[in-house]
Parts: sequence; structure tokens; C-alpha cells
Amino acid sequence: MKKYTDQGSKDTRSGFGAGMTELGRTNPRVVALCADLVASLKIQPFIDEHPERFFQVGIAEANMMGIAAGLTIGGFIPYTSTFANFSTGRVYDQIRQSIAYSDKNVKICASHAGITLGEDGATHQILEDLGLMKMLPGMTVINPCDFNQTKAATLAIAEHYGPVYLRFGRPVVPNFTPADQKFEIGKALHLQEGSDVTIVATGHLVWQALLAAENLENQGVSVEVINIHTIKPLDEEALIRSVRKTGCVVSAEEHNFLGGLGESIARTLATHHPAPQEFVATKDTFGESGTPEQLMEKYGLNNKAIEEAVLKVLKRKV
Amino acid sequence: MPQSQELQDLVVQVRRDIVRMVHQVNSGHPGGSLGCTEFFVALFNEVMELKDEFDMDGKNEDIFFLSNGHISPVYYSILARRGYFPVRELNTFRKINSRLQGHPATHEGLPGIRIASGSLGQGMSVAIGAALAKKLNKDPHLVFSLHGDGELQEGQNWEAIMFAAAKKVDNLIATVDRNGQQIDGATEEVLPMGDVAAKFLAFGWDVLHLEDGNDLSQVIAALQEAKTRTGKGKPVCIMMHTEMGNGVDFMMHTHAWHGKAPNDEQLEKALQQNPETLGDY
Repeated sequence: MKKYTDQGSKDTRSGFGAGMTELGRTNPRVVALCADLVASLKIQPFIDEHPERFFQVGIAEANMMGIAAGLTIGGFIPYTSTFANFSTGRVYDQIRQSIAYSDKNVKICASHAGITLGEDGATHQILEDLGLMKMLPGMTVINPCDFNQTKAATLAIAEHYGPVYLRFGRPVVPNFTPADQKFEIGKALHLQEGSDVTIVATGHLVWQALLAAENLENQGVSVEVINIHTIKPLDEEALIRSVRKTGCVVSAEEHNFLGGLGESIARTLATHHPAPQEFVATKDTFGESGTPEQLMEKYGLNNKAIEEAVLKVLKRKV
Repeated sequence: MPQSQELQDLVVQVRRDIVRMVHQVNSGHPGGSLGCTEFFVALFNEVMELKDEFDMDGKNEDIFFLSNGHISPVYYSILARRGYFPVRELNTFRKINSRLQGHPATHEGLPGIRIASGSLGQGMSVAIGAALAKKLNKDPHLVFSLHGDGELQEGQNWEAIMFAAAKKVDNLIATVDRNGQQIDGATEEVLPMGDVAAKFLAFGWDVLHLEDGNDLSQVIAALQEAKTRTGKGKPVCIMMHTEMGNGVDFMMHTHAWHGKAPNDEQLEKALQQNPETLGDY
């Protein structure tokens, strides 16, 4: 059994910033745009080193998305950066028409996603972004789990042609994936083998899934843990193979249970291998102010919630 | 300044294409298309420096974006008649399995189209992005764009207008089709926009007035004048006054033909007013 250890907690947005710094040095076609949130997105080093490849658009996200689409015409790879809420819902039609339908090579990089944005409250906590983005034809949707994986994803999407939504967050969370792990878009990562239940987690919930699995193993439950960093395209083969073995699944995401990873899993299993599923996700609700830990507890998004979901789904196994 | 018979013939033929295309599928937008025919003829045949073959990046040539995508009939006709794709393909406009979608799309790879448009107010931002790309590529060519006047009611335009001036995007020539009409009526009735030129000026643009956007000579002169004003630290706007439905008498002086196709009888009348010149598709 492979065990994961926290190499030193960091925020995933800093992984994005580190990725941008590296991309700035290695890929001259990469340009960055930001809507008045440079410090929050951690891209100051990129700007310092390549001022001519950075565009500060001010508080005007719709314009940012259109400018990004235009910059691809001429061969550049624009990375837009702002909070997840302002990267998606606010600019949905701009992304839909000027980026997705027009098949533009824009990377929409979204920080402060989910409820762990914390004290700012529901106006800034988007729990609908994965659904909004995965419904757009041609859009790749990625939600990495820690600093290292976010950095790796930031680098990997430059090598992939097409629009990408890259979602990460504000809180400091364990950094546990190997720093040298190559990021393969659309490839699920098996973090732990097991035979009784499959936990499929994404983003900040992956570490929580590992904590839950450890506790469950101590109770004699054999748990398989899969890190789905790419919501779309979903690694359906890995999912089906695992659930064929375990017979049930718990999905875990910092997102509404309507439209998120869980529904993609349910659709896949309903089509190929029906199995009981429990959803660890917010239940069609807005968030509120609080510390990330308090909110994860209140909205049922932590290791305890995953553990309870596993015990529940095990009882439903035929 | 007299224009060549060739360009005049093209204007008339494009008008025929427009009314025939929308008649054929009983849908589409003839009014604004007819109003902008002289603009398109001038831009694509006299003003822009274009490579023979289309490529998406458009490096080392001038490029154009249509923001008010509903006037696709005039755009498609001009592109076909400039050789980007076969003229006979105009016959597929708005039909199933066509590259000539109701509103322009890149999805099917139609040469000449670099961005989808139709949902209004997005083209200025895209044009700015392409203009910035030209600057990064040290490409001295220009970016042209066309916008409806009613379209300026969309807020994203004003984000873009503010940005372009603030960031000195001076390789951009944005033309506003000031025909004073939108779907629900005159712009002055639906949502009066005040002095649009003054607004562009206040935002820091260089603004030219084109009094008769249906006079080919005036259109060419204004576009050439606009080109001389690029590279001077300000984006350039042409406030182009046109008559919606121009060239088909019963479609003029009304907003009724914004998005309505002529019936058989009306088509016949429209074609009589615009006798075939370069050959129908």
C-alpha cells in the first residue's frame, strides 16, 4: 500500500503561479491576462520577467475573454486569470461563442474556486463552475489536487491545443503528489488500490479521500482511491475497471452535486456498469462566510463526510 | 473620385446574392447586409492587404472581424466573390450540413472566418486581442472590425473601448454601422445612445465621420484616411452612416427588413432593381 505524505502544505494557486513562471521562461508563445487580481493569482514573477507578454485588463472579465480569443489569432497561447466565479458564470457567453465554439486555444485559469475561498462568502464562492464548463463542447476541464499537480497541469495545458478550464484554489492544503509526476490530461491516477469501494475525488477533496481511506482501512474496509484531475474528458475506462472490481463508488468534489464530477461518473456507470453511488458534494446550495475548515465541515466536504458516504454506499451493495 | 465599373458591378451582384440567399431559406438578415455592402466591397477589394490563401493566424496581412454577425449574407458573398470559397457554396446558406451557418462560425472551417459572432458585443474585444498579437509579432498590418450601432448597447463594448484607448491599440480600425435601426425599431426609440462619436472621443479614440456609407467613393476615402491615422497612439473609429436595406427601395427607411426575407414577388422586385452583373451563384 503506497502512502502519501504532505511534503509541506501550500496553496494550489501558488502552483499555478510557479507554472506560469516556468512557462514564461520556456514557451515564448504563452501570454498572460489578468482582471485586477495579480497578487491573488501569484503571477507577479511572470509579469516581472516578461512585461510585454502580460495584459492587465482591469475589472473587465468579458473583455479579457474576448482579447484572449483574439490573441490566439497570431499564434499565442493566452492564459486568463481571475477568480473562478468571474472566470465562468460572469463570462459564460463570451467563453461559449468567442472561445469554445470558435475553438480558440485559450487557457481559462480560475483561482479561489469552491467553498474554501472562505470568508468572502457566497458571492465569490462558485460551486457551479465545473458544470458550466464541462457542458461546453470541446472544453477540457481540469481540477488538480495540490501545489505540485497544479503546477504540472499549468505546464501540460500549454502543450494541448484547445480551450481548457483549469480550476484551483486559495487555501493552504497538503502537497503530496510527486514534484516530478508528469501531468497527463484525461488520465486518472490510482492513488491507492482496494477491493470494497472506489472513492473518486477531485481537487481539494483528494487529500480528504486519502485521510478517509486510512481511517476506513483501520476499520477493515479495503478502499480504492482515484484522483480524477481531469473532469472532462473523463477517464471512463479507469473508472469502470475500478467499479467492476469494487462494486460501488463515492464521488467527492468541492462543487454542487448537480452538474459536477459525480454526475459525470453516474452517467458513465449508468451506461456501462450500473453501481451504487454516493455523492460528497454541496447539495444545491450557495455557500457562506466562514473558515475553509468550518465550511468543509458544515457543507459535508471533508474526510468525515467521505467516510460516512463510504459506509452508506457499502450497505447498498447488492 | 469615380470608382471602377468593376467595383460598382460587384456592389450590385453582392446585393443580388444577399436577397437571393435570404429568400431561398426564408430567413436571415438582408437589411444590415445591404446597408454595409459598399463597406465590404471597399474593404476587401480596395483597402485591406490580403494574402491569396486564408490561414487562421493571418500573419503579414490585414485581418477583419465582423462583430454584428447577423449580417452574414454580405460577409459570405464578399468572401466567396473574393475567392475564399466557391461562389456556388452561397447556395448552402443556412441549410443543414453547410459551412455557411446563420451566423458566422469557424467550426466548419469556412475560409475567411476567424471567430464566431452573432451573440452581440464580443467582436471589439477579439479584434483588440488580434491587434495585440500583431504588435507582439511585430506585424505592421492592421485589424479592421465592424459593429452595429444597436450592438453598442452591449456593455462589453465599453470595456473594450476603454481598454483599446488606455493601452494604445493603434493598429485597430473599428467601424460602427450607424444605421439607426435595431430589431424593435429605431435606436433612438429602443434605447437612445446619445452622441456615439462623442463617447468614443471621450474614451480616447480618434474618430472619423463617414457621412454616406453607401457611397463607394466616400467609403474608400474614409477607410484610406483611417489607415493614415493608425500608429499614432490611438485606436481609430469610423462612424459610418448607412441606410439599412440600401439598394432595394422597399427595404429602405424602415427597420422592418432587419431580419426578414422577401417573398417571391418581393425578390423579383429587388432583383429588377439590381440587374445581374457578375453572374448569379
